[in-house]
Amino acid sequence: MKHFSSLLLLGALVLAGCNSGGSGTDTSSTATNTGNSAPSGDTGEKLKVVFIPKDTANPYFKPVGQGIDEAKAKYNFDYQEQGPATADPTSQIPIIKDQIQRKVDVIVLAANAPNTLNEVLDDAKAKGIIVLTVDADLTGNESHRAAGILPTDFAKVGESQLELMGKQMNYEGEFAILSATTTASNQNTWIATIKEKLKDPKYSKMKLVDTVYGNDEPMKSSTEMEGLLTKYPNLKGVLSPTSVGLAAAAQVLENSGNYPGGPKAKNGGIHLTGLSTPKQLKKYVDKGVIEGFQLWSPKDMGTLAACLGTSAKRKKIDLKFGTEVDGPDGKKYKLDDKGVVYAGDLLTFDKTNIDKYDF
Amino acid sequence: MKRPEWIPAILSIAVFALFWYLSKDFRDIPYLISNTTILAETGLMAIGMTLIIIAGNIDLSVGSILVLTACLMPKLAGHASAPVAILIAVLLGAVMGGINGIIITKAKLPSFLVTLATMAIYRGIAKAMLQADSAEVAPNVKGLDRLSLLGMPYPLVIFLVFALVIGLVLHRKVLGRWLFGIGTNSEAARYAGFPVDRATITAFAVSGALIGIAAFCMDSRLGVARPDMAPGIELQAITIVVAGGTAISGGKGTMVGTLLSWLLMYFVTTGMGVMNIKAEYQLTIIGLILIVSVFGQQVATSIASHRLPKPTKLSTKP
Repeated sequence: MKHFSSLLLLGALVLAGCNSGGSGTDTSSTATNTGNSAPSGDTGEKLKVVFIPKDTANPYFKPVGQGIDEAKAKYNFDYQEQGPATADPTSQIPIIKDQIQRKVDVIVLAANAPNTLNEVLDDAKAKGIIVLTVDADLTGNESHRAAGILPTDFAKVGESQLELMGKQMNYEGEFAILSATTTASNQNTWIATIKEKLKDPKYSKMKLVDTVYGNDEPMKSSTEMEGLLTKYPNLKGVLSPTSVGLAAAAQVLENSGNYPGGPKAKNGGIHLTGLSTPKQLKKYVDKGVIEGFQLWSPKDMGTLAACLGTSAKRKKIDLKFGTEVDGPDGKKYKLDDKGVVYAGDLLTFDKTNIDKYDF
Repeated sequence: MKRPEWIPAILSIAVFALFWYLSKDFRDIPYLISNTTILAETGLMAIGMTLIIIAGNIDLSVGSILVLTACLMPKLAGHASAPVAILIAVLLGAVMGGINGIIITKAKLPSFLVTLATMAIYRGIAKAMLQADSAEVAPNVKGLDRLSLLGMPYPLVIFLVFALVIGLVLHRKVLGRWLFGIGTNSEAARYAGFPVDRATITAFAVSGALIGIAAFCMDSRLGVARPDMAPGIELQAITIVVAGGTAISGGKGTMVGTLLSWLLMYFVTTGMGVMNIKAEYQLTIIGLILIVSVFGQQVATSIASHRLPKPTKLSTKP
């Protein structure tokens, strides 16, 4: 496997280059004018940008694609979205191969698994394609993509969600988490943070009784939510940090009537919160099934991805880990030592502001 | 007309010509050859599935055997050499397939039921073993899909060689005759003195061994094994086999049919892939092709049987 060992060597070199943080040399770019000229108004050759969401059915990724799509005139590129039918660790591999063959310039990817795409992404990189992850990064395998765009500082999401949950249930009683899949890295990070933060005296009267997984499928999520309602009669809160899970849970909770102010509310009813888009949950907020929930703006991730991807391809910026680059709005965006960049802060949606958002 | 495989053959050519005309990204022979590495793994599974279905059985657990083998192999092989790793994978697969065959024949349970259970069991073991973790593949067994022989990537060569060898066994050797006999009428086969149980178990074990090879190819390609990968691959393997003309009721089918059907599936998925046809349409189109292929072959067979020359009557005259 001679061929292969040389590839491995190349991989090691790239890895070494990236791990040395700010001082490392980037192997894929020779640009030097980082931070001088703001990337805008591109008139050069039209680029091809493709967005690969986790799967085609997840509504969460629609605004990400929208964000990229709306930036296509500004950054002069053709946009296509191509997702797999199922969100599993291997389903994106053939799609990435297809994009390499289609000679795209930028791949924006919401990875289904942090470690199964390494080989095919290295192929893309070797062809000069800029690979950016959005929302779901390649944790532990950061050297296989140019940069990872996260919607917001994930380290703060778990805490922020727990605080919202706590506020709703008056920092008292049993609550459960309805998550996506057991392998979703962001979900697991948040759950871990929540468990850690629960040790805080502020949350001492709150008890996490269960964590269930709806696999980001509406049916499975509903079943899991129903299970929680029957299994824990004293449940005061359900936290579902996933849009599919939260929507399914809201429907189940509405049917049960056991929400604050609901027709069958018991001990003040069950408080449901989590992460989702305003559009998807508006009707439940209007009816009072959900008091409030949170999200960042997925669209901003798309806009940032379009800007960084095309600018890097045109060598206007250098996506070097540990440096600052120019973003779409003239602001500076910092890539940390793993190449992670945050698109914005977490927003809380409730009756007072939900009508202002259209995503 | 006597060989219904001409349907997938013609469909393959038609699909190939269509995408060749429609897409410049498809019009690339080296790419078409090198891109076979993923479907070659499913192809290896379809070879074994052909034997099993011809003998009147089904194996729904092939995807789970693949995943459990892929997850166990790196753990057991550690940093052993590639041949040792392959051997381990083949043995693991053969044992899991063999277990299916033994339960089916000895407990006299329908294969659909038994393998529906082992599908859950094998994948369940893989998930219990690794949870949210992955099994790292040793560097010395990675990258088989990047090596080529005679201008073809290794997984494709392996798939073609086994299709030929198992095809010869199926159509030229006594084991093949037993499998066809069992699939046509297992009771009659038993009375005719065919070793029904032994042949059935062999088919499942051989299928398992081939899945072991596929699991090795997959590990080598991905560099990592996860218990949640390749969901639904069993249906893809079954689709290839039945679209190739193998009767789901058993007793009828050819390896050439499976091979041609694999080629058809390859052209369809690759062509739609490079044209960025939406995933949901891709699924629909594959479903349509399955129907067209199976129905076309049924029609072709019935036309052929009508056109068969009438047997010449024996002269009654002295």
